[in-house]
Amino acid sequence: MSTSIQSQGTAEVHPDVLLVERARGGDMAAFEKLVRQYERQVFRIAQHIVQNREDAEDVVQDAFLKAYGKLDQFQGNSKFYTWLVRIAVNEALMRLRKRRTGRMVSIDEDVETEEGSMPRDLADWSPDPEALYGQSEMAEILRKTIQGLPPGFRVVFVLRDVEGLSTEETAESLGLSVPAVKSRLLRARLQLRERLTRYFKKGSRGKAQDGVK
Amino acid sequence: MTCTEFLQQLDEMLDPAIAGPLRAELQQHLRCCEHCEITLNTTRKTIEIYRKHEVYELPEDLRERLHQAILTKCRGCAK
Repeated sequence: MSTSIQSQGTAEVHPDVLLVERARGGDMAAFEKLVRQYERQVFRIAQHIVQNREDAEDVVQDAFLKAYGKLDQFQGNSKFYTWLVRIAVNEALMRLRKRRTGRMVSIDEDVETEEGSMPRDLADWSPDPEALYGQSEMAEILRKTIQGLPPGFRVVFVLRDVEGLSTEETAESLGLSVPAVKSRLLRARLQLRERLTRYFKKGSRGKAQDGVK
Repeated sequence: MTCTEFLQQLDEMLDPAIAGPLRAELQQHLRCCEHCEITLNTTRKTIEIYRKHEVYELPEDLRERLHQAILTKCRGCAK
């Protein structure tokens, strides 16, 4: 029946937990495996928060270094990845704070906005919006659009919808409640949808080009 | 069901695993509200597009450099 019922040494243990155990015992190859597994995701999340490649590189290094130093504190009751993401998000926010010296930056920043809570542009999209733009043009549109969101919305959208964490894992990674994640996610999705409509609505090609560059 | 109520439950419609009476109620609203249908479809597409396109790629040479830097630092602080 359910795998969670299995016990007596055969209980399902996430492979990451075994790698963490080995790494704690000084097995660097085990930790290297964890780094290889998650470095891309951590880099993407960091980039989305700090929006600057150099800072994102530093965040990735600092996050893994910190995780390595804190391996003893990893309880194993959450996924290693969720735990790592939480460290990386905190590092990224700290980095952002340093850059905007004197300005507090938190995931609670700018969430008061009412923008996007109700859709305004209800034009339907072209049936295949991706065919309207080339690969790099599309990446630029997506980057520009998501950069316009407040950090508190951006990070929720990225963790939940892009990186595929569950609502509960997203909440855990950000130290937020599940209802707070749900409400931010809704607002983030609606704001992105609204902003992308400008580029993707039927007959938009040409007009939108002005906005890309 | 009003459009505002529908939007509050948008998450349920985006998750194919959700079934039951709530979903039926949401679908009922969709049948008579073109605006919400467009909002649902374009929101779904928004998520798909962001999932599909790598907005921030990690180039292989940078990945390798970062990887080595991390391991070197960790080895340096290993007991």
